[in-house]
Amino acid sequence: MTPLLKIDGLKKTFGGNEAVRDVSFEVNPGECVVLAGDNGAGKSTVIKMVSGVYQPTDGKVYKNGTLLTGKSPEAVRSAGIETIYQDLALADNLDPGLNLYLGREVTRRVFGIPFLDRKKMREDAVEVMRNLGIVVPDPAAPVRDMSGGQRQAIAIARAIHWQAEIVIMDEPTAALGVPEQREVMALIERLKSKGVGIILISHNLPDIFAAADRIIVLARGMVAGERRPTETNDEEIVRMMMGATL
Amino acid sequence: MITDMMNEVKTKKHSRGASFARSLLDAWSWLFLILILGFFEIYAQTQTGSTFLFRIHNLQSISIAASQILLLGLGLTLVIVAAQIDLSIAFSTGLAAVVMALIIRAAGVDAGWMIVGLAILAGLGAAAAVGLVNGWLVAYLNVPSFIGTLGTYGIARGAALIVAGGATVSIRNDHTRALGNGDILGIPIPLVVAGVLALGCHYLLKHTRFGVHTYALGANRAAVERAGVDVKKLLIKLFVLSAITAGIGGLIYTSRFSAGAANAGEPILLYAVAAVFIGGASLTGGQGTISGTVIGAFIIAVIQFGLVYSGLPPYWQFVAVGLVIIIAVLVDQSKERIVGDRS
Ligand SMILES: Nc1ncnc2c1ncn2[C@@H]1O[C@H](COP(=O)(O)OP(=O)(O)OP(=O)(O)O)[C@@H](O)[C@H]1O
Ligand SMILES: [Mg+2]
Repeated sequence: MTPLLKIDGLKKTFGGNEAVRDVSFEVNPGECVVLAGDNGAGKSTVIKMVSGVYQPTDGKVYKNGTLLTGKSPEAVRSAGIETIYQDLALADNLDPGLNLYLGREVTRRVFGIPFLDRKKMREDAVEVMRNLGIVVPDPAAPVRDMSGGQRQAIAIARAIHWQAEIVIMDEPTAALGVPEQREVMALIERLKSKGVGIILISHNLPDIFAAADRIIVLARGMVAGERRPTETNDEEIVRMMMGATL
Repeated sequence: MITDMMNEVKTKKHSRGASFARSLLDAWSWLFLILILGFFEIYAQTQTGSTFLFRIHNLQSISIAASQILLLGLGLTLVIVAAQIDLSIAFSTGLAAVVMALIIRAAGVDAGWMIVGLAILAGLGAAAAVGLVNGWLVAYLNVPSFIGTLGTYGIARGAALIVAGGATVSIRNDHTRALGNGDILGIPIPLVVAGVLALGCHYLLKHTRFGVHTYALGANRAAVERAGVDVKKLLIKLFVLSAITAGIGGLIYTSRFSAGAANAGEPILLYAVAAVFIGGASLTGGQGTISGTVIGAFIIAVIQFGLVYSGLPPYWQFVAVGLVIIIAVLVDQSKERIVGDRS
């Protein structure tokens, strides 16, 4: 069976610095793969090569067997791979509806002139958020007024709404308080139950063990090891992150 | 525009306890406009025993002054919402004015509508060229817009003076005179033009995808890029729009005074910037509205005209407008303090 996402021998050099040397792994539908690793291990660089932000120096990425490498970030997105960045990529001054539709806004024509259909976009945002178990207090208010967890939910709602098959998250809980971290972990479970494949970057051991179906540990740009959470423990993961292979 | 403001007040009402204070602050520029109109009216009634407000001539003068400010301020509003600035509009105006005047003069006294139309297009083209250069500098060469448009401010100024031979280009043409000094149902044509452009810019900013992208660009450029929007093209469109609305200001100048001057827009630049900020925009981008800029332009126009009307030395207008700008910024800050900025 072809995997949903296949990452094959990725390599990225910045000047003389080999940020990623040789990384391969696969993601299947409904599966959450956690990329763990110390600062500078190359995690963000790997996912940027998947999302099309960086072109790899070497190696390939396939989705359902089709080559993705070489495509622009927009093309990767329309191929069903949504990336949620650390800084969320929300426009704080816009309402949840416009953020949900950013770049793909809906218009309706009045006497042949297109007008933004804010109402529809707001209603859709409320609907998608409700499916995620989150009530939007004021759909017309800018997302700046929402909590960190709710904002994260908008970013995730965007992925769901646009029917992403793969969602990539770079430290989604890093900037959040404890209750909001829980909300996000619950959202990840929902995405999994919808059959979405997830790549989650995380430093946080409890999160890693809570969310992961598989843990891939990166150290100095290489895969230091791959484990299922049931067959490993905190200590071993930390040791692998520090670079003591296997 | 009034309904616009009402809507804004309405949607914010149930958000927080400080909402009443906030809606007052949102509406401060309206209140301020009413206040200064009231002030000059009382002044006129008590000092001269006549009315300030209900005299057609006064209203026309104010609205012509406001429309001059608006023609530079409308496109600028969108640029500022996108967290950029455009200083070169001062001379996009002048360049358009001079180019139009030169073509009409070259065609001779009895130049017809064809020539006038051509001159208008050429003037707009010259202004649009300045906008294209601005957009290219900012979007493709990553020059900060303050520096880039300061550069094109100088270049457009020089170009306008060079083609005009350093002097005012006077023309004699009935069509342009009618355009610049006529009225439609009693409304001066400059005001009609500014009004139509204001509606157009309001539509663009509030009701189109272009407008949403402009707001989003001002708040978080990375977000817009990741959403797949071509930010470079967006920036170019914004600067061209700004140059063209300013250029239209130049065309109206030439038509009104039957002369194109390179520095037609220069004294208005600061007023236009002020109008945008008084109208609620912020240097950091992401906020501002066309209705706000319209109010801002009228506040400045009323101050300008009112001070002259009341016989004070005209230089006081600079002081007064300066004070209003500072008030606008303070109001904006206290809004954040009251509501509590959560970012
Ligand atoms: N654009 C770039 N130019 C040059 N070097 C880069 C660039 N991006 C990343 N690097 C380098 O590549 C290496 C890996 O960086 P990367 O951001 O992928 O690490 P990371 O695992 O995501 O770390 P963190 O946990 O701190 O986010 C680092 O040494 C970093 O300095
Ligand atoms: Mg990183």
